[in-house]
Amino acid sequence: MASLDGALLDLKRLDRLATGSTFLHRLDPRVKLVTTLVFLVCVVSFGRYELSALVPFFVYPILLAALGDLPLGYLAHKILLMCPLALFIGIANPFLDHQVVLELGGIGITGGVLSWLSIVLRAVLTVSAALVLVGLTGFPDLCRALERLGAPKAFAVQLLFLYRYLFVLVEEGGKASRSRELRCVGNRGRGISSYASLVGHLLMRTWQKAERIHMAMLARGFTGSFPRPEESSLKAADLLFLAGCTFAFITFRTTNVTRAIGSLVTGILP
Amino acid sequence: MSHHIVEVKKLRHVYPDGTEALREVSFRITHGESVALIGANGAGKSTLIQHLNGYLAPTAGEIRIGDFPLSKGTLPEIRRTVGMVFQDPDDQLFMPTVYEDVAFGPLNLGLAGAELEACVKGALDRVGGAHLARKAPYHLSGGEKKRVAIAAVLSMSPDILVMDEPTSGLDPYARRQLISLLREFRHTKIFTSHDLDMVLELCERVIVLKDGEVRADGPALEIFRDEQLLAECRLEPPFSMQGCPVCGSVGRDKG
Repeated sequence: MASLDGALLDLKRLDRLATGSTFLHRLDPRVKLVTTLVFLVCVVSFGRYELSALVPFFVYPILLAALGDLPLGYLAHKILLMCPLALFIGIANPFLDHQVVLELGGIGITGGVLSWLSIVLRAVLTVSAALVLVGLTGFPDLCRALERLGAPKAFAVQLLFLYRYLFVLVEEGGKASRSRELRCVGNRGRGISSYASLVGHLLMRTWQKAERIHMAMLARGFTGSFPRPEESSLKAADLLFLAGCTFAFITFRTTNVTRAIGSLVTGILP
Repeated sequence: MSHHIVEVKKLRHVYPDGTEALREVSFRITHGESVALIGANGAGKSTLIQHLNGYLAPTAGEIRIGDFPLSKGTLPEIRRTVGMVFQDPDDQLFMPTVYEDVAFGPLNLGLAGAELEACVKGALDRVGGAHLARKAPYHLSGGEKKRVAIAAVLSMSPDILVMDEPTSGLDPYARRQLISLLREFRHTKIFTSHDLDMVLELCERVIVLKDGEVRADGPALEIFRDEQLLAECRLEPPFSMQGCPVCGSVGRDKG
């Protein structure tokens, strides 16, 4: 259970990052959400052999993390955790696609290797963009932004409650599991039957807690819909951020900036 | 000010599984009184207070809060009048930030703008929690959670405060802080608690429940001096009224 507790602490840390006060934190959550979506669409829509054109996109998460005071080491660690998954997804590519598409210093690089690397690069880009988004905005604000952008209300509320009680659930689950662990002798009592009973109990407890939460909501005048405090409206800075980022992403998407810089440099050199 | 009155008449409650949690409970609490509901585990305390804001419906009997009998039609008004603080603050603090949680009730009551802001700030100030406003509830300590939970109820300006085990799980300092905070409130207060020293400090009247019935109802000191009654109800006098275990001197109010 130690890993689960650790994961929870990590989540709390990400949550705390969102309480920062840089201008990026203050941007409207909706703007950050839409910008990230544009970023994702641009990144994933490249051809499968594309590599060099993806590189400029790294500017976005790195710049945002730097300006938003997000610890790069922490983010890098999170991204590394996800890397094996991305590596695994494309692992068959080099074996299936033998066609040499690129010669690099006399070594032929096959399409399979290229597409594999492309998958990893994209995974790193998308995950870092998502982490930066949560780190700069916070999960609750993102849920609200989703709702304001037209996502179903029930969905946003569910997501919000999921996040709030995830912490409680993990803590309760952790306690139950620890108590089982402490009373297991060797491998005795560790089997599926005690596990099933543990999970069943957790479900019942969740149920009871849900009832008490409902009671607390009713006690404070809940009538079925969530009241919303005053809503911020978009400011000039928000629109500027959105326009600037979108422009940059579309430029990166349509022109290969890496190659352009490369040919510029080699053009200048004699 | 009759709206601060709580009247329970011949209340009976049977849970769906057949457990009879309350048999025939009657009492009347008047304006400004501070009353403790005490009793052993399973005596019916929690069941009783869940009736006071209409979360549980009586199997038989009647509850009146102020001028209204508790019924479906009066429920919204009664839920505003009776502020309920839960034993486990995690049940009560469900919004993403402390500020939003305290604002939840007032928003439901239709407050907005500067009025809402002032109301939330006022409630947080009263419990000394203004600096917690932007935090998430799961980042708070137990004592902080408790105070925020109280603020969340105060923000609806209730006339009657009902608290389930307010001091449970608090460290001595946080407990002391909470007791002084509660002493300042002029509301009608109803507590359930096993912390009888707190009861002695805050409540002039005590209702003892036993097996779903009112076993005794009277001044706190009188009840705590009746050792036979306490023993019968699986209770003990508050520590401050017991003799000193070291020097053997007699506790306060004992003689």
